Amino acid sequence: MSSNIQILRSPKKAAYGSAGALLLFVALAIAPKILDQSITNEWVKLFYLVTLASMWNLLAGYAGMISVGQQAFIGLGAYGVFVFNDHGFSAYESGIIASIVVGVVAVPISFLAFRLRGGYFAIGTWVIAETLRLIIIRFPSLGSGKGRNIQNYTRDPILRNTYTYWMALGVAIFALSACFILLRSRFGLALQSIRDNEVAANSLGIKVDFTKRVVYVIGAMGCAAAGSVICIQSIGVASPNAIFGVSYSAFMIFMVLIGGIGTIEGPVMGALLYFFVDKYFSQSGLWYLVILGVIAIIATLFFPKGIWGEINARWNLSLFPVSYQVKIENNQNDSIHLSKKEK
Amino acid sequence: MSKSYGNLGVLFDVSLSIPIGQAVGIVGPNGAGKTTFLSVINGTEPTSAGSVFFNGTDVTKQGAEERSRSGIGRTFQIPRPFSNLSVFENALAGAAFGGGLRGREAQTAALDALEKSEMMQFANLRAGGLSLLARKRLELARALSTQPKLLLLDEIAGGLTEAECISLIATIKNLKDSGITIVWIEHVVQALVAVVDRLVCLASGTIIQDGIPDEVLKSREVLSVYMGTGI
Ligand SMILES: Nc1ncnc2c1ncn2[C@@H]1O[C@H](COP(=O)(O)OP(=O)(O)O)[C@@H](O)[C@H]1O
Ligand SMILES: [Mg+2]
Repeated sequence: MSSNIQILRSPKKAAYGSAGALLLFVALAIAPKILDQSITNEWVKLFYLVTLASMWNLLAGYAGMISVGQQAFIGLGAYGVFVFNDHGFSAYESGIIASIVVGVVAVPISFLAFRLRGGYFAIGTWVIAETLRLIIIRFPSLGSGKGRNIQNYTRDPILRNTYTYWMALGVAIFALSACFILLRSRFGLALQSIRDNEVAANSLGIKVDFTKRVVYVIGAMGCAAAGSVICIQSIGVASPNAIFGVSYSAFMIFMVLIGGIGTIEGPVMGALLYFFVDKYFSQSGLWYLVILGVIAIIATLFFPKGIWGEINARWNLSLFPVSYQVKIENNQNDSIHLSKKEK
Repeated sequence: MSKSYGNLGVLFDVSLSIPIGQAVGIVGPNGAGKTTFLSVINGTEPTSAGSVFFNGTDVTKQGAEERSRSGIGRTFQIPRPFSNLSVFENALAGAAFGGGLRGREAQTAALDALEKSEMMQFANLRAGGLSLLARKRLELARALSTQPKLLLLDEIAGGLTEAECISLIATIKNLKDSGITIVWIEHVVQALVAVVDRLVCLASGTIIQDGIPDEVLKSREVLSVYMGTGI
């Protein structure tokens, strides 16, 4: 190969992006010690929204799996907290164990879901979520459909709130870094190939089903972790219908599409936007939905690629680049470089 | 092997043995089953009956990804680019998975494939934005990036100008000279006969002629299949 061709992966950008993210992470981590807890408590929601949006984006934006049933794993993660908490683990430990267990449970579920394609897959995931809800509410120990509370938790509210905040933040950072690292690896290349054309990916040596299954499991674990955060924050589940509700899928789709599907940054933007709309308008009843609808219409009309997609297209800005650039130097004067013909 | 889609039979007891290093051309009218034949060889479609051997191994039960890893590369008649990836990334996927290469080696193989298929100038473009011609070239580049021992080409010369066709012929000749076994479906017969050692004519799912290109083209069976359509 001629030596005047370079492959670049924006290592500087990636390093700046990661360094910036790390600084932000540290700042966010010490925030509950500095700011008033009434402020930081609210951010827990932002963190689990970021987690949910990133996971939905990983599935849909990078692997082409449009699921409207991720609430299955949110619900299982939330209920898993009770199961392990009752066996003596702290609520936080329970959340982590539950997320891992949900990952294991997602494997057989994926075999069921992957029998379906496209729109049927989407509906199938929803049916699976409903089925799991119906199974869960049959257990009296899990509240038999009336919801229940976490039994063993720290009674000190300051300590509890701080731990919950850290867990939510940790989960969000973990989800984002997992996406970034995965997508920069060869696994990310396989995923995006599958998203764009399964048949071609398969005939180029990519294990389509295996790769999709790995992502499905990661997505399940991320949603379960978010679900356990939701459960821990409110010290229990008020209603199984809500935690297994399809509205979670609607919000995930909203955040990802508005923020910018198929980018790492987009879901974060979408989550921020949704977080503020929710904060200021969620009490305004019908207007809340009207505002969400108007935002969705404006975004589809003017930013079809989402907020970050628009920023990216306009200024070629990417904080977390995962793509490759080929740089071909045309340096006739430079005798050191071999030209293609001399090869 | 035989292949049918439900009740529709497409290939009927097609049997072909190709020595390593040979270049075989396949001609035949539209709907004859040529594309299906390639799909069955590379594993995109399962066989309905019979078996496929590659390098002495029975690969009938293997998926396309496994066959790609062991050296079967294939282009699609209707291009299937990874639209949201760059041309280079398209080739890199082939090198990294089908080719089993890692890191720098994979990148070099991808660049090499782009160069051989004259796609280097498009390296950073989004594959979805390419013209049909460039998409066909990308098919070739991707197949080459997997480091194939057997290369299956499906109508890659259609729509080329004379000069482009000549350069494509040179490229494929080079591939053949480097020891790659080639099966090439093409309607542009002049391009085929410039490269292949052997010509097979497929019609209605059966092989009606198989032999030296000139003789096959002159045979009564082939002429009658193409009667009126010209070849
Ligand atoms: N996936 C499929 N399902 C059903 N029928 C198919 C499929 N693919 C091809 N066929 C049919 O098989 C026959 C052969 O098609 P094909 O192999 O594409 O022919 P050729 O490449 O020689 O033009 C055609 O009648 C076509 O309609
Ligand atoms: Mg065809």
